Amino acid sequence: MADELVQGMKCRLCGKLYPKEPLNFCTDDFGPLEVVYNYEAVAKTLTRSAIQSRPNTIWRYRELMPIDGEPTVGIHVGGTPLVKADRLAKALGIKELYIKNDAVNHPTLSFKDRVVAVALSKAVEFGFTTVGCASTGNLAGSVAANASAAGLESYVLIPDNLEQGKVLGAQIYGAKVVAVTGNYDQVNRLCSQIAFRYGWGFVNVNLRPFYAEGSKSMGFEIAEALGWRTPDHVVVPMAGGSLIGKIYKAFKEFELLGLLNGPVQTKMFGAQATGCNPITNTVKTEANKVRPVRNPNTIAKSLAIGDPADGFFASKLMRETGGWAEDVDDDSIIDGMKLLAETEGIFTETAGGVTLAVTKKLIEQGKINRDGSTVICITGNGLKTQEALLGHMPKLTAISPTLVDFEALVGAAPAAELADATV
Amino acid sequence: MPVVRIPTPLRPHTDGQDSVESTGTTVGEVLGNVGTKYPALKERIFDDAGELRRFVNVYLNNEDIRYLDDLATAVAANDEVSIIPAVAGG
Repeated sequence: MADELVQGMKCRLCGKLYPKEPLNFCTDDFGPLEVVYNYEAVAKTLTRSAIQSRPNTIWRYRELMPIDGEPTVGIHVGGTPLVKADRLAKALGIKELYIKNDAVNHPTLSFKDRVVAVALSKAVEFGFTTVGCASTGNLAGSVAANASAAGLESYVLIPDNLEQGKVLGAQIYGAKVVAVTGNYDQVNRLCSQIAFRYGWGFVNVNLRPFYAEGSKSMGFEIAEALGWRTPDHVVVPMAGGSLIGKIYKAFKEFELLGLLNGPVQTKMFGAQATGCNPITNTVKTEANKVRPVRNPNTIAKSLAIGDPADGFFASKLMRETGGWAEDVDDDSIIDGMKLLAETEGIFTETAGGVTLAVTKKLIEQGKINRDGSTVICITGNGLKTQEALLGHMPKLTAISPTLVDFEALVGAAPAAELADATV
Repeated sequence: MPVVRIPTPLRPHTDGQDSVESTGTTVGEVLGNVGTKYPALKERIFDDAGELRRFVNVYLNNEDIRYLDDLATAVAANDEVSIIPAVAGG
């Protein structure tokens, strides 16, 4: 119908149009399919005042989310804080800095709750009763939790070396968690075969065009929270490379709909771990093809995708917006996690350490202008990757419950306070 | 004979078969020979220059051929060549 908000899908390479169906690639050239909206119809109802009148979740941008009916899964997702990070800004030597904190997303503490809410709402519309995913950890927990809340059966496939918090954090929901020997890319290939063979709704395989659109909500929220403007720089962690493109797409959609106070002049920056850097390597070497990494080796396991599906488009975006990409080693990742926790009281997972450390590096390189506004996207929670910190924190030695032992540990109390204490 | 696995959405181009037997001693030959029999499949996996398209991944058994010798990777009689859409995951 002409007035439908979501018109169908379109191949990003050849432009061939497809109806709304569970299919992730163009059957002519294997190019990625992307959801097509009727922006004229969207503009009729998606105004600033309409958005502000709605609950603080991803669904306040409902017209730009690719479902036809009302959302049925992940009703409370999104609306995470954009924290003005003055203490961290000072530590990094820049003027204006914000943390988009998806470490506290609902219900599973990562940005994946956004994409899963959309993918599973769409899965229900398509009539799927079994859903699944290939995951480096966060997606596993989010699919498992949201599927159980929606009464869907779920199959979650993961590499067999993931952090305990991520494995238990998927199993608890009753999902069928399948550990696969090998790395994420091998898990992903298996899922591509399973999804179509079994006719299941795999959020990041056959439902991927819809799933990926959920990431736009992070960009919408950033622009709205900044007073309907976009920042000068955004730094985004990259695994498959989809999120960075969707945040930018969100900015451009708001611009197209006349919702912003000025044009989008944001430079997009991508962050990876040096132990798995196929996308940053493409940007830094100005290559045309993304060279996959056969054996990713980093503590940032949630970013350990050696063959990123959106690597090509992410690289292109960073070049075209005047941004850049960098990667950091494991020690820098831990330093990044500590810096964010110590300055802003936010405990992020290893991927957040990557993003923080890369931001620092880009500022030092002059790629990020110290006078501009910068948003750092924190996509996951540190409670899930505690293993990475083992050996990096002071070892605790218990004291007896006596003042003598306490003073021996921290030093004597200042004289003035002693006097007060005796009153 | 080596077998080529066809992704479900492309099976209309192979008379509905999920795998097709082929001949050849390299991945390039094996895919080329399947392509001769099913020209509609060939134009979908190779571009005009005869290169694999950007979003087509090819595996020999369990290994991505980009980590082997690409299309020159040697194929034995009982090997399986899989065509896998690259646009997944993340």
